[in-house]
Amino acid sequence: MNINLTLIGQMIAFVGFVLFCMKYVWPPILASMAEREKKIADGLAAADRASLDLELAKEKAVERLKDAKSEAAGIVDAANKRGTQLVEEAKNAALAEAERVKVSAQAEIEQEANRAREHLRSQVAALTLAGAEKVLGAAIDREAHNELVEKLAAEL
Amino acid sequence: MAGSTQTVSEYITHHLTNLTYGKLPEGFVRDDGSIIGGGGSWVMATGGHEAAAMGFSAIHVDSMMWSIGLGIVFCWVFRSVAKKAETGVPSGMVNVVEMAVEFVDNTVRDTFHGHNKLIAPLGLTVFVWVLLMNLMDLVPIDLVPELFKLAGVHFQKIVPSTDPNITLGMAVGVFILMLYYSIKIKGFGFVKELSMTPFNHWAFIPVNLFMEIVGLLAKPFSLGLRLFGNLYAGEMIFILIAALFSAGVGWMAPAAFLQIGWAIFHLLIIPLQAFIFMVLTIVYLSMAHEDH
Repeated sequence: MNINLTLIGQMIAFVGFVLFCMKYVWPPILASMAEREKKIADGLAAADRASLDLELAKEKAVERLKDAKSEAAGIVDAANKRGTQLVEEAKNAALAEAERVKVSAQAEIEQEANRAREHLRSQVAALTLAGAEKVLGAAIDREAHNELVEKLAAEL
Repeated sequence: MAGSTQTVSEYITHHLTNLTYGKLPEGFVRDDGSIIGGGGSWVMATGGHEAAAMGFSAIHVDSMMWSIGLGIVFCWVFRSVAKKAETGVPSGMVNVVEMAVEFVDNTVRDTFHGHNKLIAPLGLTVFVWVLLMNLMDLVPIDLVPELFKLAGVHFQKIVPSTDPNITLGMAVGVFILMLYYSIKIKGFGFVKELSMTPFNHWAFIPVNLFMEIVGLLAKPFSLGLRLFGNLYAGEMIFILIAALFSAGVGWMAPAAFLQIGWAIFHLLIIPLQAFIFMVLTIVYLSMAHEDH
């Protein structure tokens, strides 16, 4: 336990190690630690931003979905309306066609009836003349009585 | 453990003797009967009284070897981590080193308010180096000396911080830094601080000077001797417990129990003393930077 040159030796070693530490150990370690700290802080900030973005995206998606739903509903509505409209139109067209057919049929019937009536009328005139001829037993002067018979036929 | 030819007191003395290389004075009679010739000569001491006769011109080879070796371990480990300087996920030794660096950095930030690039690395060196030196105390005390004995070296103290030369050497280094920064930062103010406090009157200058200089000198001495005292006492208890093993088979169990108990308790003292040494170093240098 004597104080001797060891003291001086230790002082020199002390200076050497401190200088080494100061030059080659402390700055790089501190720098790398600071850099890592910055990296971690950046990472955390990025994560925060990402979660915010996710939230926004979710909101947007919900909105889009709502839009799409309403749009679909509109389309369905329009289609339904159009469908009823088509049915209505078809019905109307059919009705009009039926009416037209009916009218033309009626006209035809009328015409047919008239023709028959006309035919009948001419037949009646001839028949009446023949009948009267038979009844009177004598020939009636066609020209003389034609006017009378015509009048009779017209009354039928 | 003490050999059969060794008494307990011899065993203890042996454990407390450094491996000393020094200059024996002219005319000194060595253990083997030879007499040192003219002008003295540099030899390896063969025992405590030879080391004592060498006086100041001697060096504790074991203390220096272990202290510088541990310093190199510190530099090597920390440098290898610093070289990697990775910014990814730290692992293993990187964590340990960065924990130590951050711990010292925080302590310096809390205690030292000036701007000085030297303080933090100085604190780190002091803390880790002293911690490593103190940790040598936990190596079983007979293990290394016995191995060295097999190699023909008869003295070996492996805990450098139980050597006052080592602790005082560091304390004096800190003291020189204190003086340097005091003069550099305060200039003439340093002289004024020594002569005009605590009694701010010219008539009290001698009293002030005496008190302040004693106070100033007490700092490095208390710094060095505190560390030395704690570790020396711890080492002493380990030696006594080890000596107890040789007291008989019946003493084995209590001695083992004491050994474990003291080692656990010492585990607390080892980092604590390293921490105190570092904090006081920073505080003293902080005081040297404070200009009133």
